[in-house]
Amino acid sequence: MQAQLSASNLACRRGDRLLFKGLSFELGSGEALHLTGANGTGKTTLIRTLARLTSPFAGEVMVEGEIGLLDERTALDPELPLGKALSFWQRVDGCTDPSKALSVLGLEPLLDVPVRYLSTGQRKRAGLAALLNRGVPIWLLDEPLSGLDVAAIKQVTALIALHVGGGGTALIASHQPLAIEGLRALAIEDFAAREDAL
Amino acid sequence: MIGSMLRRDLSKFFPFAGGGAALPVVFFVAVAMLYPFAVGPDVNLLARTGGGVVWIAALLAAILPLEKLVAQDIELGTFDQLKLRGATEELMMAVRLIAHWLSFGPPLILATFPAAALLALDGPTVQLLVLGLLAGTPGLAAIGLMIAALTASLRAGAALSGLLLIPLALPILIFGSGALARSDAASIGFVAAISLLLVALAPFAAGAAIRAAREV
Repeated sequence: MQAQLSASNLACRRGDRLLFKGLSFELGSGEALHLTGANGTGKTTLIRTLARLTSPFAGEVMVEGEIGLLDERTALDPELPLGKALSFWQRVDGCTDPSKALSVLGLEPLLDVPVRYLSTGQRKRAGLAALLNRGVPIWLLDEPLSGLDVAAIKQVTALIALHVGGGGTALIASHQPLAIEGLRALAIEDFAAREDAL
Repeated sequence: MIGSMLRRDLSKFFPFAGGGAALPVVFFVAVAMLYPFAVGPDVNLLARTGGGVVWIAALLAAILPLEKLVAQDIELGTFDQLKLRGATEELMMAVRLIAHWLSFGPPLILATFPAAALLALDGPTVQLLVLGLLAGTPGLAAIGLMIAALTASLRAGAALSGLLLIPLALPILIFGSGALARSDAASIGFVAAISLLLVALAPFAAGAAIRAAREV
């Protein structure tokens, strides 16, 4: 899995407000970056910019390899049972054996439950299962641990570590500490733009 | 990928497949049913004006599915995830347009027959009506998709989309019901031309709209 994700001199804004500027980093295969910062400092905006869903205000994003994104919106149809909602993404991704991800994340008993009845943590795990089934090298995870119980936090952390250990790349925005070996940290506040700087 | 997208869209929007997707068709027949009650049972009057009523009912029915057509998938993040998998917004909107028309056009055309019976329309009129709707509903679906994509990120989107669709659908209505007034199939050609233009335009306009909605 060859992967490369880097940003150089990146600046992003939301509305008229400049969130951060001069942000640069480089991530290669087998590397993980923990993105921290208070609410509203631009973690989600940065992740969406890296995923090329929005364009940066200034600077450049370089991506080599396919990107998988997990955020608070899991793109699972709320009225469908979880199994059917997930099977749409399995068909799109051409995934032939989804059972492994489902059993690892303990989703098998929930396959008949409509997505709208699932809890936040269960939905998050379902989103992660969809991400696992894609088998992409770069993971962008926006608050992957929020809403998870203690056991699930351990499990998801282990999955991220496994992905990175296997040559993958991960960028994780989280308020919780992450027990992943060799994890680098990036505090987005270090690049915060002052109000008068625009 | 396109096949699975179309399958998902159809299962979301096709009447009786789930949700409230059958409502536009039921609404369409209900309007046609209401009209004789309002103007009285005069067969000649009904036969003369009934075709126009069917067109207006079709136009109103086109407004109903718009609220869910695009906004829900923006909210769910479906379009974002498809984009990450390499699909362009134009492709997503083209697929959505096909699914929207399939779940709205043909059922409406089928429902025209009971509606025509209720309005005492004669054979040639029904024929012109069905031909006109066949040519016009893709255009209505295209207008609807563009409006749904444009208003998806607005709070008052649902009310606004109805207001926007009516003037934009006017050319289709004029030529479509004009064919009935003059018993002349030629103006259906105009309806088809307008529809074709709108269908060609819609994926690009709607795609640009959902791309713009991302950049807040």
